[in-house]
Amino acid sequence: MTTPDPAKPRDTPLRGVHDRLGASMTDFAGWLMPLRYHSETAEHRAVRTAAGLFDLSHMGEISVRGPGAAAALDYALVGELSAVPPGRARYTMICAADGGILDDLIVYRLAAEEFLVVANAANTGVVLAALTERAAGHDAGVTDQTDGYALIAIQGPAAAGILGPLASVRLDGVRYYASQPATVAGRDILLARTGYTGEDGFELFTGPADAEHVWSALAAAGAGAGLVPAGLAARDTLRLEAGMPLYGNELGPDITPFDAGLGRVVKLGKAGDFVGRDALAAAAAAAPRRVLVGLLGGTRRVPRHGYPVLWDGQRCGEVTSGAPSPTLGVPIAMAYLEPAAARAAETAADGLAVDVRGRAEPARLTPLPFYHRTSSRT
Amino acid sequence: MSIPENLMYTAEHEWVAIEGGVASVGITDFAQQALGDVVYVSVPAAGTEVTAGEPCGEVESTKSVSDIYSPVDGEVLESNPEIDDDPGLVNTDPYGAGWLLKIRLSDDAEPAGLLTAEEYTALTKEAE
Repeated sequence: MTTPDPAKPRDTPLRGVHDRLGASMTDFAGWLMPLRYHSETAEHRAVRTAAGLFDLSHMGEISVRGPGAAAALDYALVGELSAVPPGRARYTMICAADGGILDDLIVYRLAAEEFLVVANAANTGVVLAALTERAAGHDAGVTDQTDGYALIAIQGPAAAGILGPLASVRLDGVRYYASQPATVAGRDILLARTGYTGEDGFELFTGPADAEHVWSALAAAGAGAGLVPAGLAARDTLRLEAGMPLYGNELGPDITPFDAGLGRVVKLGKAGDFVGRDALAAAAAAAPRRVLVGLLGGTRRVPRHGYPVLWDGQRCGEVTSGAPSPTLGVPIAMAYLEPAAARAAETAADGLAVDVRGRAEPARLTPLPFYHRTSSRT
Repeated sequence: MSIPENLMYTAEHEWVAIEGGVASVGITDFAQQALGDVVYVSVPAAGTEVTAGEPCGEVESTKSVSDIYSPVDGEVLESNPEIDDDPGLVNTDPYGAGWLLKIRLSDDAEPAGLLTAEEYTALTKEAE
């Protein structure tokens, strides 16, 4: 057995596909991932108008199973996982005792005593360690199953039409944030109607050996419908337009769910203690210490992560994420602002600016998300 | 990857074509591939004095921003009038319609520090 070289990023099961497609690859959280195949703007637009095919095999998958699995997750996470029916999923977070966010997660309840926790690639180790520690004393086993899964996402208004003929189940029976076992192109998968783009779409958890077959079947089925492979660059601009946070930008260990405007994921009403309860109860009751806002850039120079936000020339916050928006045609950004500045900027026509590499560029507040899909969710 | 033989290059991934004391300047195919989709180009106005090796503008793409370094000493004669409305020309035609600047050289001598196509090719291979 060869020892993996810690300096070299890991391949996903779809490495061969990306090479054949001529993808520009990048090291992301220790995985060699496709950044773009040709033009990230074209890939982004395809997801909004047709569909995109994504390799997300770098994400972490952690199994939590046993009679005490639900109770263990109620304790370990801020959400009330015991209230999630089998076949449904929840967006939730795992926090430290001080209320700071360790990761944001989607947790799929596969059965009464079986949960699949999907973590960000960069945080899989931290989440695994925290879940293992917090599950001790509950009748539940925590196992890292990342190597047992590949993850393919098909996202966009055409996604259901492309996937439908290949799937063993009727997709109109799969609700948003639902999951169920199915076969696609003859291979067993876990099918979920979840995503990170703001469009309708599906995430397919496959065995690693089935990943190429399933990808190729989808690519062939979608060729006439405008399906294109899409990389991490497009994934980032899509989620930004959809107002979705990114761990490391909007979320981090010094940020609480309330800071990020995501207090809804903290179920203070659930029975029993959970890690971070006291700190989060205090945060819920306290006046906000920062506000996450959406900004539209007034010029073409793009507000980017870390750039200061100015109110009347004075620093009042910082950009967390920013990019040109292919859909809106202007730069968009999310930023944390001091609450007083956020309030003042709401009612004033100008005064807000972003310091873009030494030059103040005007910006204005806009409600999040920047983009809503128009079709109704099933 | 395209590296035309008849052009000169800089280590900062610009190309230079000198004729009649005027240098035409743009960024290379290597640079535009690395940057991704260009959304905005900022170049100095006509009349601006530029110095070889000094930053004189920016190319902004979806994911990043890169400085443009003047390859020569001189004065900006004109910048590409199409580039403001269509920054994607830098991606689709970096050596042609995607040109960025024309600079009148301040001195008749061949500018120092420029690379041949062969030298630039070697440099890009090292960077990969």
